[in-house]
This record gives sequence, structure tokens and C-alpha cells, in this order.
Amino acid sequence: MKLVTAIVKPFTLDDVKAALEQLGLLGMTVSEVRGYGRQKGHTEVYRGAEYQVDFVAKLRIEVLVEDEVADRTVDAVVTAARTGRIGDGKVWVTPVDTVVRVRTGERGVDAL
Amino acid sequence: MNPGDTAWVLASAALVMLMTPGLAFFYGGMVSSKSVLNMLMMNFITLGVVGVLWLVYGYSESFGDGAYGGGWFGRIVGGLHNAFLSHTQGTLAGPKGDQIPTLSFVMFQLMFAVITPALISGSIADRTKFWSWVLFVSVWVTIVYFPVAHWVFSFDGFTGVSDVGGWIANKLKAFDFAGGTAVHINAGAAGLALALVLGKRKGWPKNVARPHNVPHVLLGAALLWFGWYGFNAGSALAAGDLASVAFTTTTIATGAALLGWIVVEQFRDGKPTTLGAASGAIAGLVAITPACGYVDPMGALVIGIAAGVICALAVGLKYKLGFDDSLDVVGVHLFGGIVGTLLIGFFADASVNPSGGGNGLFHGGGWNQMWRQAVAAGSVLVYSFVFAFIIGWIINKTIGFRVSAEAEISGIDEAEHAESAYEFTGPTGTRTSVSAPPPPVPATAAAAGKGSLS
Repeated sequence: MKLVTAIVKPFTLDDVKAALEQLGLLGMTVSEVRGYGRQKGHTEVYRGAEYQVDFVAKLRIEVLVEDEVADRTVDAVVTAARTGRIGDGKVWVTPVDTVVRVRTGERGVDAL
Repeated sequence: MNPGDTAWVLASAALVMLMTPGLAFFYGGMVSSKSVLNMLMMNFITLGVVGVLWLVYGYSESFGDGAYGGGWFGRIVGGLHNAFLSHTQGTLAGPKGDQIPTLSFVMFQLMFAVITPALISGSIADRTKFWSWVLFVSVWVTIVYFPVAHWVFSFDGFTGVSDVGGWIANKLKAFDFAGGTAVHINAGAAGLALALVLGKRKGWPKNVARPHNVPHVLLGAALLWFGWYGFNAGSALAAGDLASVAFTTTTIATGAALLGWIVVEQFRDGKPTTLGAASGAIAGLVAITPACGYVDPMGALVIGIAAGVICALAVGLKYKLGFDDSLDVVGVHLFGGIVGTLLIGFFADASVNPSGGGNGLFHGGGWNQMWRQAVAAGSVLVYSFVFAFIIGWIINKTIGFRVSAEAEISGIDEAEHAESAYEFTGPTGTRTSVSAPPPPVPATAAAAGKGSLS
């Protein structure tokens, strides 16, 4: 099993969600995060004094998938979240040892 | 007694009362989310503290009747004839034909005494010990505001035939319709003094939080503007032509200053900001305050534009000179007050205010009014700055005026008030107070441990 984690621009969430649903994935976890990469932040001005906003608002999307679906999941997210401009985010895949469904106690692929 | 005038003065007193909570939100939106409650409290508390002092001796110190047999000392402070508001019920104040019950005047003037120290609080945001602030307010109004209100607002014979007024209003004859000197220069100079006494915040000027709620700032500015009609038009103390003039000049100058400030921002910073629009409106209100009953609408237009442009530039001074006036009490109130007070010397028009006004330079009055305005502005500025500095310095050396460095970083709301303004973060703890016990929990859970909030 794999954990696919994506950092994306917040307004792309609906497209990413639709793309993942098309793949037949049954769940996802979304959190609001802040950070910077090459995009850096932006500058705000209050009464003439500049204020550098270093951390930009992004969404972190996490999806647990079977090994053979991981590549297609990554492709779906990348396609849906791409605008072609700086700050589009990143997607990465990590191996997962165990998954347990809390309600039933099912383990492994059955719990996905 | 004139019932129409009485109704207008009472309504105006209520309008001016609303300015203090309005100011609290104007300032509160500009600080961080960790210090907004402290900012609100520093403003709101003046309604309590100054209200009580006004009853005990404040009103009498400012407007007390029959002071010292008309001697020079009576030009500096009022007598104690009206301490505890004695001899104020059932008596009348004001000129014949426009007389109002003395108590309506007492309440109207109280609201000015409440908001003036509240204005100062903006210069020392994020770092002030609450009870030290309360002590400062009590001493500062006693030594500075109440006497200065007497100098500027107390006219001979207003509250009784033997009433002796202050030196600026009756001897110098400087024009200050609603408090450019007594309120704004007074608060601005005291704000500068306290910013120097308390010193810079940790990390200033580089690492200071940005305004946490700009909509609050605009809401506060709008409430101030609304209340300011009571402040300025109410200061006519009669429901007539002069109140209407003041209402008009106030509106025009405020709108013009709003535009002046954001035009400066567009040229200097590339964008007009919400904070700038709110600040510009306040700068215009400040500057027109002394002038609103002495200038015509065209004069108000020029005063408004001048205030918007000058104050927008003046707020940058603190970075050049290195004092942390957190919310620009100096840039807005001191500079705005000086702009309005001095421009009266140019734009005063006797036809606007036949009973009490005069002509400035542009209306054939020469420099006569200008020097009077300058002396009034300079006297209040120096007096307030010196005494605010001394009072603040003594408080700082004895009980301390600043919270600890840790409290400043962790947040002054938590340190000084044991509260937080906003709860957006989900579950963080359980209620532990014994006076308000939480609902009963199962025996096993209760035995497992106490609440986690600490």
C-alpha cells in the first residue's frame, strides 16, 4: 500500500477531488497548511510599512491506495492541480506498512 | 431652557459615547489576535474610570463654577464647587435662549474626557500592564485632561454668572470648536511620551504582527465617524445653524482626507488599502474637529485633503526616528490635530460663526488668529508631553508599565486577562473551575485523571 501526499493550490481542490473519484478512490484527507518553495511569499503594505508574508496557504491532500493504483493516482492529481505557474505544489508517494479500519478492525488492503 | 437644544446635546452625548467602543475596534483590529482583548479593555475601561472620576472631581476641575474669585488660578483649573456633581441638577448652562440643563452638558463633556485617554492607548499596544494603564489614566486625566479641558472648553459665565473659564478660550481666544488641542494634540503628545517611556516592542520594527482583523478596523472607523457628528456638531451645544455647519464641514473634510490618504498610497505603495482608507477618514475627522464651526465647506475641503496627505506621510516618521508608536497615535492624532488647529489661522471665516468666530489670513484677518492657534497648540502639546512622560516614568520605575518579555511573546491577552479572543482551533482543553463544575463524568473516567486545561 502507498500513501500519496499532495501539496496543491487551494482552489484546485474540487478538480483534484473529481479526478480521484473518477479513479474509484473512496476517501481522502485534506488539511490547510502553509509553506513556501520556489514561489516564496508575497508583500503586504500596512500604513506604508511593508510586511513580508513568507508562508503561502496551500492544501495537503492525503490518499491511501493499493500499490498498483499509486501511479495513476499521482497522474490524476498532477493533471488536475497543474496551472503551469510557479507554486503549483508537489506530490510524493511513501510506502505504508499497515492500515487498520477502526470500526471493524480490518487490516491491510481490506481496510482501504 | 431650550428643549430642542437639550434633545440635541443629549443625543450627541450618546453619539460620542459610542466613539470609545468604536475606537476600541479601530485599534483592536490593528493589533495581533493575541492582544486584541487587551486593546479593547484599555479603551473600554476609560468609560468606568473616567466616569467615576468625572463625578467625584473631574467635572468640577474642568467646568466648576466660581473658581478662586476670578483670579489667575481660575484660568488654569475649575473650582470644587461642583465636586460630586453638586449644584448641577435643576440648574441651566449656556447663553440665554439656548440654555440647556447643566447635567446634559456634564454628560456631553464626560464623553470627551472618556475618549481622550483612550486615544493614547494605541501608542503602547501589545506590551502594557493593564492596572498600570488604569493608574496612568486616572492620574493623567487629573493632572492633564481636566485642566486642559478647562483651558479650552470652559467659557466665562457658561455654567453660571460667576463661572470663570480657561485661559485659551477666554484670554488667548484661540479657536478650538470641538477639541483639536484639548483632545487630539493632548492625546497625541501623551501617546508619544508613553511610547518613549515604554520603549519598543520585541522585534520592532522587523518582526511585528500585521493587523489581525482589517474589517474590524473599518467598522471601528465607521462607528467613530458616526459618533463624531455628536462630537463636532454637538459641540455647537444648540440645535441650529452652527451645528449644521459643523456637520457639513465634518463630512466634507473626512471624505477628502480619506481620498488624500489612499492617493498617497497609490503613488507611494502602488495600491490603495482598506487600512489606509479607514486611517484617512480618522485623520480628516481629527483635523476638522477644531475647525468645524469656524470654516466654510471649501475650507473644510482643503483641511481634509491636507490632513489625509500629511498624516499618510507622518505615520512613516516613527521608523525614521525610531520610536514604537504602535498604532500611529502621533501620526494621526498629533499631526492631524496640529494641521486642523493651525489651518484655522488661514481659513477661519467670521460669517460662518457670527457669535464666536473670526477671520483667518485668507478672509482678511491677517496673522492675528494664526499666532493664537500656534500658542494654543504648542502649549497643550508641551504640557501634555511633559506630564505624561513624568507620570509614565514614575509608574514604570515603581510598579512597572510593561509586561514581561515572555508575556509579550506568548500574548498579552493570556498574560493580563487569562482570556483568548478567538476559538478557532478545535478541542484544546476541559473546564476546570470549581465554581462552575463540568457535567458529571463516568466514575472510571473521573478516576483516570483531572482535566487537561492548565
